[in-house]
Amino acid sequence: MTRYLLRRVWYMLITLFIIATFSFFLMKILPGSPLNAEDKLSEEQKEIILEKYGLNDPIPVQYAKYLGGLVKGDLGVSFKFDNTPVTAILFDRIGPSALLGFQALVVGSILGIFLGLMASIFRNSPIDFSSTIIAVIGTSIPSFVFAGLLQYVFAVKLGWFPVALWGEFEHTILPTIALAIHPMATAARFTRTEMVEVLHSNYIITARAKGVSESGIILKHGLRNALIPLITVLGPMAVGLMTGSMVIEQIFAIPGIGEQFVTSVMVNDYPTIMGTTLLFAFGFIVIILIIDLLYGLIDPRIRLAGGK
Amino acid sequence: MDKNNLNNIPKDLFVPLVRKEDTSEKISTPSRTFFQDAKRTLFKNKPAVFSMILILLIIIMSIAGPWMNDFGSDDQDLKRAKMPPRVPVLENVSWLGLNGTLSGTFQGKDVQQATAKANARFDNKEEFIDIEVINKGDGTRNSAEVKATYRIYEAKDMKDTYFWFGSDALGRDQWTRLWEGTRVSLIIAFVAAVLDLVIGVSYGGISAFYGGRVDNVMQRIAEILVGIPNLVIILLMMLVLQPGIISIVIALSITGWIGMSRIVRGEVLKLKNQEFVLASRTLGTSNGTIIRKHLVPNISGIIIINTMFSVPGAIFFEAFLSFIGLGIVPPDASLGSLIDLGFDNLRLYPYMLVFPAIVISVLMIAFNIVGDGLRDAFDPKMHK
Repeated sequence: MTRYLLRRVWYMLITLFIIATFSFFLMKILPGSPLNAEDKLSEEQKEIILEKYGLNDPIPVQYAKYLGGLVKGDLGVSFKFDNTPVTAILFDRIGPSALLGFQALVVGSILGIFLGLMASIFRNSPIDFSSTIIAVIGTSIPSFVFAGLLQYVFAVKLGWFPVALWGEFEHTILPTIALAIHPMATAARFTRTEMVEVLHSNYIITARAKGVSESGIILKHGLRNALIPLITVLGPMAVGLMTGSMVIEQIFAIPGIGEQFVTSVMVNDYPTIMGTTLLFAFGFIVIILIIDLLYGLIDPRIRLAGGK
Repeated sequence: MDKNNLNNIPKDLFVPLVRKEDTSEKISTPSRTFFQDAKRTLFKNKPAVFSMILILLIIIMSIAGPWMNDFGSDDQDLKRAKMPPRVPVLENVSWLGLNGTLSGTFQGKDVQQATAKANARFDNKEEFIDIEVINKGDGTRNSAEVKATYRIYEAKDMKDTYFWFGSDALGRDQWTRLWEGTRVSLIIAFVAAVLDLVIGVSYGGISAFYGGRVDNVMQRIAEILVGIPNLVIILLMMLVLQPGIISIVIALSITGWIGMSRIVRGEVLKLKNQEFVLASRTLGTSNGTIIRKHLVPNISGIIIINTMFSVPGAIFFEAFLSFIGLGIVPPDASLGSLIDLGFDNLRLYPYMLVFPAIVISVLMIAFNIVGDGLRDAFDPKMHK
């Protein structure tokens, strides 16, 4: 187990290193510099600014400095946004993103499991049918279309919720629903398939023969076993949430990481773009690692043996 | 009763059957190939058939739509900007909202003030604004309410003009732009799916078929690529490349093929060790023939399913990129960029968002349903 963990962490570091290198050199190819109104500046002024951002060094030196900074958790200084360190910008903005993502994941998976459970208990009934329709629609419709619908109906027309911005709990409701729809649909679909399969297995027949009550069979023997594989879809779900957060935060003007990324793209703030990219990559990789480990812990059939 | 009858059958009715070599082996029902079976199952699936028709319809519209009226996709004219949708004949059906009027409710301390607000909102062309009093009010703030309907086509002296889906902020016809945008989105999706297919199948196939060191090296490379989240790669690529159709396709294909290659590799690994392949090899069949006759037909089902699911994925990513400003640039349109523009005008001109949103939703749902249908069709357990 320890060996497996070490190997995984090692792979993770290599991947991060590749992404950091890749993004560093990509940003070097791109046009644009921190100089505003370039032609108005004198040579000396330009010199001072470039010196300040370390852009006068040869590229290998810049690269080494960048990597050195990364190890210490220093992502450089933003070209725009008043020269704030990128780490500080991201740190300020991680709260709303994390809160939204967490709420959406919890709401989405609980609702989804419930829907899927209902569908599997009342198989081939109208409940099953409507749950399938919800699942297909939820996985198909892009979250930003859904967000637009919610925003127009519940905020603009009915005025029940604030249209946008961040602050109170009520500000989080619409974006959470918009983000949660996709995890919900995925969980519903998955739970139904798994439950239908589990309810046909031999140990369920044994439990029935023993005289276990119907609710006991479904909740204790059925759902518990059906939920184990659900952990595998948690990874793609979390990835989907990160993609979704970019557009949802943009639509609802939420000061989160995704919105920061889109803004940085608009103003060519390369250090911030690189920092956000790395943060996203780090998030993905850590989540997938945690899920793999969890899976091994929960299901003893999956062996996480080191090596081959 | 039946039982009695069966027991009382006279013996002379039994005649010995002459055994014939040629008929005993004959299969009475026509034999169907795997693909014919799959096709039958697919066409029995009503939602899937309906979805296929919808997709076909949208494809046809994306080709023919822009020719159906006289507007070009980049005919800008600020005088006719933000016109609401207006369709001949349907304009008389009031609840459809296709009658070419703008309406809104306005509040004020009395009817007069509310009306004044409505007039100010609608270009002050009072003779074309119908005011309907909802609440007379009692003089307190915002107690009176009127509903104003602005016949903008008449006000702008364009009685004979019909923007079927309205016009956008620059006065371009939304109908034309919508179908051209759909075309762009579909082209991106199909090209990306085909690239995924070609690269993924060859990479996975070669890796699995040759095995050994080739497989080892190819899989190490793939493993590292898998670790890098595709969102990050796509975003970085879009920053570097000139925005446009080709860049989106490249960005999507750079990581898109990995899923396909893994599935193909798994399938080929499973198949190549099976007895029928071994038998064929023993008979001296060449590699090429084994691939063509034994491997490809057996994995084609899974390849088709996977390609079918990568199309909506690509449609989504294109829309996502255009939405965050990294995709298609004006004056070109795509579903994503139209939705992005729609959001800017959501409050006052929701129709700008509604139509592209409907088209992308229908497309995505239809592709997913067809994909599900194909998955069932290629699953031998489902054949009846």
